[in-house]
Amino acid sequence: MADAAQTTIGRTTIDTGEVERFSRLAAEWWNPTGKFKPLHKFNPVRLAYIRDQVATRFGRDPLSARPFDGLRILDIGCGGGLLCEPLARMGATVVGADASETNIEVAKLHAAESNLTIDYRATTAEALADAGEQFDVILNMEVVEHVADVDLFISKTSAMVKPGGIMFVATINRTLKAWGLAIIGAEYVLGWLPRGTHQYEKLVRPEELEKALSAGGLSVIDRTGVTFNPIADRWSQSRDMDVNYMVLAERPGFN
Amino acid sequence: MAPSTKSNLPEQTPSDAATRTSFDVVIGGGNYVGLATAVAIKQARPSLEVAVVDAAPAGVWKKDSRASAIAAAARRMLDTLGCWDELAEEAQPINEMIITDSRTADPVRPVFLTFDGTVSAGEPFAHMIANVHMNGALRRRVDELGIVLIEGAGVSNFERRSAGVTIDLSDGRTLTSRLLVAADGVRSKLRDLAGIKVNKWDYGQSGIVCTVKHERPHEGRAEEHFLPAGPFATLPLKGNRSSIVWTERTEDANRLVAEDDLIFELELERRFGLKLGEIRVEGPRKAWPLGLTLARDFVGHRFALAGDAAHGIHPISGQGLNLGFKDAAALAQVIVEADRMGRDIGMLDVLETYQRWRRFDTLQMGITTDVLNRLFSNDIAPIRAIRDLGLGLVDRMPRLKDFFINQAAGVSGPSPKLLQGQPI
Repeated sequence: MADAAQTTIGRTTIDTGEVERFSRLAAEWWNPTGKFKPLHKFNPVRLAYIRDQVATRFGRDPLSARPFDGLRILDIGCGGGLLCEPLARMGATVVGADASETNIEVAKLHAAESNLTIDYRATTAEALADAGEQFDVILNMEVVEHVADVDLFISKTSAMVKPGGIMFVATINRTLKAWGLAIIGAEYVLGWLPRGTHQYEKLVRPEELEKALSAGGLSVIDRTGVTFNPIADRWSQSRDMDVNYMVLAERPGFN
Repeated sequence: MAPSTKSNLPEQTPSDAATRTSFDVVIGGGNYVGLATAVAIKQARPSLEVAVVDAAPAGVWKKDSRASAIAAAARRMLDTLGCWDELAEEAQPINEMIITDSRTADPVRPVFLTFDGTVSAGEPFAHMIANVHMNGALRRRVDELGIVLIEGAGVSNFERRSAGVTIDLSDGRTLTSRLLVAADGVRSKLRDLAGIKVNKWDYGQSGIVCTVKHERPHEGRAEEHFLPAGPFATLPLKGNRSSIVWTERTEDANRLVAEDDLIFELELERRFGLKLGEIRVEGPRKAWPLGLTLARDFVGHRFALAGDAAHGIHPISGQGLNLGFKDAAALAQVIVEADRMGRDIGMLDVLETYQRWRRFDTLQMGITTDVLNRLFSNDIAPIRAIRDLGLGLVDRMPRLKDFFINQAAGVSGPSPKLLQGQPI
């Protein structure tokens, strides 16, 4: 494992001091009780939904050792690789994209430690789309509420979905309840996220998202709310889409 | 290693198993908890590489002369793990359980609680099985499933890093794993190496364990007599034999096991009675110090405790083994479900699911048995009156009795799938 880490770092042009900094950051990203605890808590519900939907759409057994074998998956805004690594373990060929060079170096370092092969790129979804990249599955998780132009962003990312492929979009609804829970609750009361992480006017309603997806040539095939149960200390799927929700869209293709 | 690395490596064939040094799960301790955990994981998830490391040299396990009470839930688990068919013939069903409270000298012991001993129609609430048979069946499954069993070498040290744990064995070998499970008993060395502290209560009591042969059949009846020094239990074995768990103050217990056969048998007869005719002690007798040991944490980074390493409880309610099987079932389920989502099975957030699941149940059982023992192990008249009344009341209230019998059968509370007889 140590050898693999050396090799991967060897391919980059980063000096040793930087490597130490990335190494500290990687430890922070991957500490389930640290700064990124809310993301770690959120991961199981997202992963279960992704695994089950991908298995259904591509006719795979979700309980097999590598249900995603042969599928090319893009994770937009991959951060430290919290979703990319499980996807790789499930057998997918994973491209992780993040605009932050630091995040990408952190993710590369950790993947090498975990002995996983993941294609991490410091780039934007727009640049990947312009380069004509195509994927079976695209994960567009918690990104649209941060972009300047939702319609343009969805149109660019939709273009990368292969015929018969699917895209997951997870975001936060623009409702009074979301303002109370996701902004006031999560940022100001619970301190789960830094203040200013989300701005109310940039939150996206499901109908706006679905309109943009249709314009991009995708059809919505599933949607679900995601809610937090404070007693069980766990996120789970729910019919309530007032705050956090996920939408699954497909590019009609074969058959 | 992680499944996704396999494409980069040459395919492992079964003959490579002996030389493999990197695993997904390494279990320290080759008793039934460690073996059951390994079998449960590997059966549900063959892609995970699992090893069991046992400090005892090969064959030592065959010298265990003890027998254990297997509650209905644990029996279902053994069935689901593919062990029960070969055990069924060796298992003695407990059809009836009698609990009484009396002084040793009382000529006739009042019968306070008679459990009919059935959990669901046709299912005995427990079976007695010789440890050697149970371990033999689990070891056969370990072999069949391709789990690596390392015998005669214990874990001497380990170091946890962010992505894995490096494990040094006493024979000089080094293994790597994503997760290390400590199933090495109540005085767990691995727990100490991990720096996990325990809360400990010493009862000053020891349990004398032995097997007796008697003239007449026991008809599958188990008895538990609450004597002033502590509980005295007889549990039916195959043939005209019973297993004895006999609690005394530690100095008395040590003195008794050291006595010659005649005196030991005489003392035993005073408690066992002559209802099954003449009795004779078979094989060794041994006194085990009793106490309640609870680990403050059941998990850490890339580390989990299971069985007595997490909780050593008083054997008063016969729950030690069944709690151990519950741990094995819960831990295996948590690991398998996380791996099916591609999650790193050694991460603390995965393991905390197991801790939340098991800790409350364990604490509750630990406290219940502790209170029962304190209540029963004395001869103060007013307390005797209260508990006699208590046991009589329990017998008259069907719902409370159901609660007790279901607790004894280990089927109450949220149950891991294996204990419900379902595969993970």
